[in-house]
Amino acid sequence: MNASTIDFPVQMNRNESNAPGQNMQKPNSPEPEAHAIAPATAFQIGKLSVSFGAHTVLKDVSLDIKARSVTAIIGPSGCGKSTFLRSLNRMHELVPDARMTGTIRLFGENIYGPEIDPVVVRRRVGMVFQKSNPFPTMSISENVTVGLRLNGIRNKGILQERLEKSLKMAALWDEVKDRLNAASTSLSGGQQQRLCIARALAVEPEVILMDEPASALDPLATTKIEELILDLKKDFTIVIVTHNMQQAARISDQTAFFYLGELVEYAATRKIFTNPSVKQTEDYVTGRFG
Amino acid sequence: MESASHHSYRKGKNVLMQLVTLACALLTIIPLFLIFFHLLRSGFGSLNLAFFTHLPRPVGEPGGGMANAIVGTLVLLGLATVLGVPFGVFGGVYLAEYASRRVAWIIRFTADILNGVPSIIWGMAVYALVVLRMKGFSVLAGGIVLGMMMIPMVLRTTEEVLLLVPSGYREAALALGISRWRTVCSIIVRTALKAIVTGLLLSLARVAGETAPLLFTAFGNSVWSHHLSDPIAALPLQIFTFAIAPYDDWHRQAWAGALVLLLMITLINIVVRLLTRDRFAK
Amino acid sequence: MGRWASVPPASAGPFQNLGMKTKDPGGDAGFSQDTGVKSPWDSIFKWFTFLMAMSVIALIFLVGYELFKSSRLSISKFGWRFLVSSDWDPVAEQFGALPFIFGTLVSSLIALIIAVPLSIGTALYLTELAPVWVRAPLAFLVQLLSAVPSVILGLWGIFVMVPWLRENLFPWLRSAFGFSPLFQGPIYGVSILAGGIIIAIMILPIITSVSREIIRSVPGLQREAAYALGATRWEVTRIAVLSYAKKGLFGAVILGLGRALGETMAVTMVIGNRPEIAKSLFAPGYTLASVVANEFAEATTEIYLHALFEIGLVLLGVTVLVNALAQLLLRAFGGSGVKA
Repeated sequence: MNASTIDFPVQMNRNESNAPGQNMQKPNSPEPEAHAIAPATAFQIGKLSVSFGAHTVLKDVSLDIKARSVTAIIGPSGCGKSTFLRSLNRMHELVPDARMTGTIRLFGENIYGPEIDPVVVRRRVGMVFQKSNPFPTMSISENVTVGLRLNGIRNKGILQERLEKSLKMAALWDEVKDRLNAASTSLSGGQQQRLCIARALAVEPEVILMDEPASALDPLATTKIEELILDLKKDFTIVIVTHNMQQAARISDQTAFFYLGELVEYAATRKIFTNPSVKQTEDYVTGRFG
Repeated sequence: MESASHHSYRKGKNVLMQLVTLACALLTIIPLFLIFFHLLRSGFGSLNLAFFTHLPRPVGEPGGGMANAIVGTLVLLGLATVLGVPFGVFGGVYLAEYASRRVAWIIRFTADILNGVPSIIWGMAVYALVVLRMKGFSVLAGGIVLGMMMIPMVLRTTEEVLLLVPSGYREAALALGISRWRTVCSIIVRTALKAIVTGLLLSLARVAGETAPLLFTAFGNSVWSHHLSDPIAALPLQIFTFAIAPYDDWHRQAWAGALVLLLMITLINIVVRLLTRDRFAK
Repeated sequence: MGRWASVPPASAGPFQNLGMKTKDPGGDAGFSQDTGVKSPWDSIFKWFTFLMAMSVIALIFLVGYELFKSSRLSISKFGWRFLVSSDWDPVAEQFGALPFIFGTLVSSLIALIIAVPLSIGTALYLTELAPVWVRAPLAFLVQLLSAVPSVILGLWGIFVMVPWLRENLFPWLRSAFGFSPLFQGPIYGVSILAGGIIIAIMILPIITSVSREIIRSVPGLQREAAYALGATRWEVTRIAVLSYAKKGLFGAVILGLGRALGETMAVTMVIGNRPEIAKSLFAPGYTLASVVANEFAEATTEIYLHALFEIGLVLLGVTVLVNALAQLLLRAFGGSGVKA
């Protein structure tokens, strides 16, 4: 599935063509002939700076994030990686006094454009949080379908289909199919986090942001989430913040290393972990600081 | 080093103060037990089926009940809920989810002051506002005054419980592309719904026993009321009228009415206590 | 978008600045100053809740205005004399509120003298000194006491408390303290002292529960520091807790005073309702609230009704001031208000 197949009811006003593979305008995009096979660019981020009040958290970050791949964001705490992630679906705006400059384009379209509703951006760019947060008063199935229902989808058939599909994609279906109406709080921590992933998948986003999704889980549950991420990248663009470098190395295709609000190095994951070009990156991935 | 005698003096003082504060606690709750004891003793004997099904009888005629007052209290509470709760709940939503710090401070402060305005003052204001204009005591005036009194209470409890909802749920909902007002209504309020209802019940329990504001709004009567513009009886009013009258029969009825009213209120309090036991169990 | 959307003041709310301002010094991309097109329902809903919240502001002005409007005859006829005259003669249409002000102040003072030590002691017992298993049930009982309606307390007052006071406590007080004019004169039972006692019972729970919140919010570090010095439990309470919580406890007491001043039904039923200023606490009295409760429905002339409304206005003014003071004290202590 790619963005052009999404049948979401409220689509954002697109300035350009709907197909993500065809609206590359940047000079650094892959060669036009390679559209069909080469991964397209999901995000083009130019000179992104974010500050909260007087405190600057991100400085002049520019990078492109490939579609249908896993991009890991690593760096010591306080380096701005979480803020970076949140600026990709405008979640950082929930913090008072947040200010940003620069551009972020999602499949060519400026998501900070004057006519863009952040609500619509978030439908295209879903998010999974560090702490699993299924809505406590809702059942498992209600949790998965809540995004659809609150956006006006009432058709039982569609809801049922999306429920099953999302839970299957989140590798949770087999565990919960017999108790879809049970309380979401009855699930284990790892199951709750996969439920949150299913909930994000149900609205059929193009990108899924994950903010340390496994940091509160035990190793077994973490493995399941990692397998899931590798599976999901066939259909989705995934950007994941992690402080676990082994995890970044295991699951990501590209890795960006942030330090003190700046993007220090961004390259293929193998290169970052075996042959980084910058000394700071090497120090960090080899555990000399951070 | 501290001498042994000084040490035992300090120990002794410690025990003494524990006993003194224990005595304070006992003195504080003794009235509660005395009230329950006398209510049961003097009220229970007068409770019978007629009490719940009959209208009050004139002096001298034995029997009679407070059926209209019981129904009247329920009607007034229902009306108050309909009139007051939307203001309280949505106002609380504004405070918790939208208000700037300064506006929130002002509204909160005003609500807390309103909670301290004597109930008889509310009655006078509604007399001037409604009774004089409608040219008569009425169910409506009684419902309005109780509803007004509920607003600041419900507003404050709603705000408090909404602020307890972890912000993770707000984030999760917004990240699903759910619009803000839907997030508030369908996620945040729903998550806190039980606690909001609890606050609502507590404020109902509080206005259920109010007498002073009803004296010159609902006014009371001894027949069935059929229109919003009729006066209506209420348990607290009836208790008051019967208690200050010089007839033993009426005194017995007053005790019985008080017992019923207090049981209603205690029941609400116990329900609230059961509901709040697992607030936000995660 | 309404006017309000363009003036978002600094906020405590979790959603503030959703339409955040973007700054674009470089002119790098097409950012507008007001990013985001939101569905109209968002601002409609926000406006709706705003109006609902403003109802409390409207209410306080409405109540004040209605009382003022309905008392203007009395205000213009008697002026300030209303507050210092002790004439209350509906037949001669002479009205002065002094006996009621006196009765209200004296009965509230009696109530505070009784209730403050008891409720602070209870609060200390509940938070610091009681065995842990006692605390929750005891606190629930205190909460139940606060749920007893005034009229039920009054009923109990008339038929149980007043006779007991008349037969037992008052004669004993007179024989023990009869040298003081406060405890002289005939004993009727219904009296300003009985009114004070019943008010004390009414305000005990609120002072207790607010004090309990205050004491509970004393940082644990304060207590630990005192324990580390080898203090006993009571010494910890006195040194660390009471001295720290003083201001907040004062706020709790003032809050109790606010309730005492406006207490109506129970007082009306036991205070005797006689508008006179007597030296003895055994003599009947009258309060602002109870004169309204008793005479409002039978106020036949316009000036009489206006005088009663002015009494209400005085009571409103005093209770608003006292409650505002209490809330300010509690906020200064606790950061946020303590609701009651």
